[in-house]
Amino acid sequence: MNWSGEGLIIGTRRHGETSIILEAMTAERGRHLGLVRGGRSRRMGAVLQPGNWVQLSWRARLDEHLGAYTVEPLIQRAAELMRDRQKLFMCQLLCQHLRLLPERDPHRGILISVLEILKSDADTTGAGKALARFEMQLLDDLGFGLDLSSCAATGTTVDLSHVSPKSGRAVSRAAALPFGERMLVLPRFFADGGEPDRTDLQNAFRLTGFFLGRHVWQPREISPPHTRDALIEMLAGPL
Amino acid sequence: MAHTAGPEIEQLIQLLARLPGFGPRSARRATLHLIKKREVLMSPLASAMQRAFENVRTCSVCANVDTADPCGICTDVRRTGQGMLIVVEDVADLWALERSSVGPVLYHVLGGTLSPLDGVGPEDLNIASLNARVAAGGISEVVLAVNATVEGQTTAHYVTDRLAGQNVKITRLAHGVPVGGELDYLDEGTLAQALKARTDF
Repeated sequence: MNWSGEGLIIGTRRHGETSIILEAMTAERGRHLGLVRGGRSRRMGAVLQPGNWVQLSWRARLDEHLGAYTVEPLIQRAAELMRDRQKLFMCQLLCQHLRLLPERDPHRGILISVLEILKSDADTTGAGKALARFEMQLLDDLGFGLDLSSCAATGTTVDLSHVSPKSGRAVSRAAALPFGERMLVLPRFFADGGEPDRTDLQNAFRLTGFFLGRHVWQPREISPPHTRDALIEMLAGPL
Repeated sequence: MAHTAGPEIEQLIQLLARLPGFGPRSARRATLHLIKKREVLMSPLASAMQRAFENVRTCSVCANVDTADPCGICTDVRRTGQGMLIVVEDVADLWALERSSVGPVLYHVLGGTLSPLDGVGPEDLNIASLNARVAAGGISEVVLAVNATVEGQTTAHYVTDRLAGQNVKITRLAHGVPVGGELDYLDEGTLAQALKARTDF
């Protein structure tokens, strides 16, 4: 079995004295692992960093085997990311989010979104908006997408201002009124695509964080990434 | 595999094979060498290992390993008066810096880097003790000597955040062309960084 393609490095793990297990995100094969022999060498150290875009060749005797990668650098972004705190944390968080996806399951849209965010030089508001939208997309790809098309209680499609923490569906302002603060606030930019302010971003991250926690982190018994809190504080202030 | 040695020798081979850089074949060679040099090597080695096992401990101040707690570095008066604290990932990094004769400095061993993939979070590293150490005073500069990897630099930023508000200068190691490095083989990011941090010649 063998294939070749391009991919984004999202993580590495040491394997023995000289090798590493590389985790890459590819468009056709999704999150795919493989052994890189000699991956701990000085020459490969700069190549095998999260955020780098590489040419991958994978080979194994059987498809279900871990297999071995050979890696050639295409775009080495890691050094640039290390110079910028916001970009570094963003890269780390996006890579951690990508690891939530099942192995060998293509998620082309997710990969395109990640590459756009990594390439972008957006300010804090732009980066915050992109990250919040990405987390919504991630929830959707993981099968826990929120339904923001109409009010869960009345069916109306106007003045949707909240999200039910129970159903993950939008709720109109009037229908949400009796439930007070038990409802999660739906930031306007999720509905109209407008420019968010810091409060909108905080509400967006509260919303995505709540559903990622309930459906992904808690069932898998993993803690929310510490980089997420730090990054959100940079982009939108403390939650 | 055919039985070639007694259980004591087999156990020794198995244990040596678990050491870094050793495999079953090199463990067998080492075992045979130890047996041949029974008096001059095996016995002193066994005694040295026993003494190390009984006496080596982790320094409660910097997390270095030594036979005393606090360790020899933390109690060295030439170092404590300088006010420079170098933060490293691992004891091996501390030893590497000591080999480079950096001068009378203090160290703080984090015990790794933040690595969600390996389940290493901030609470698993010696960040709180670093914070307390700096807050206690006597430190004027903290040098973040962590690896130039994405995980290492994320950890450095996290530590910087935790130290924010403390009256201390925070610096990090320079990134650039290593000795013996050929420009043609360097990645563009490192080259750009080296060019930015150029010095007068």
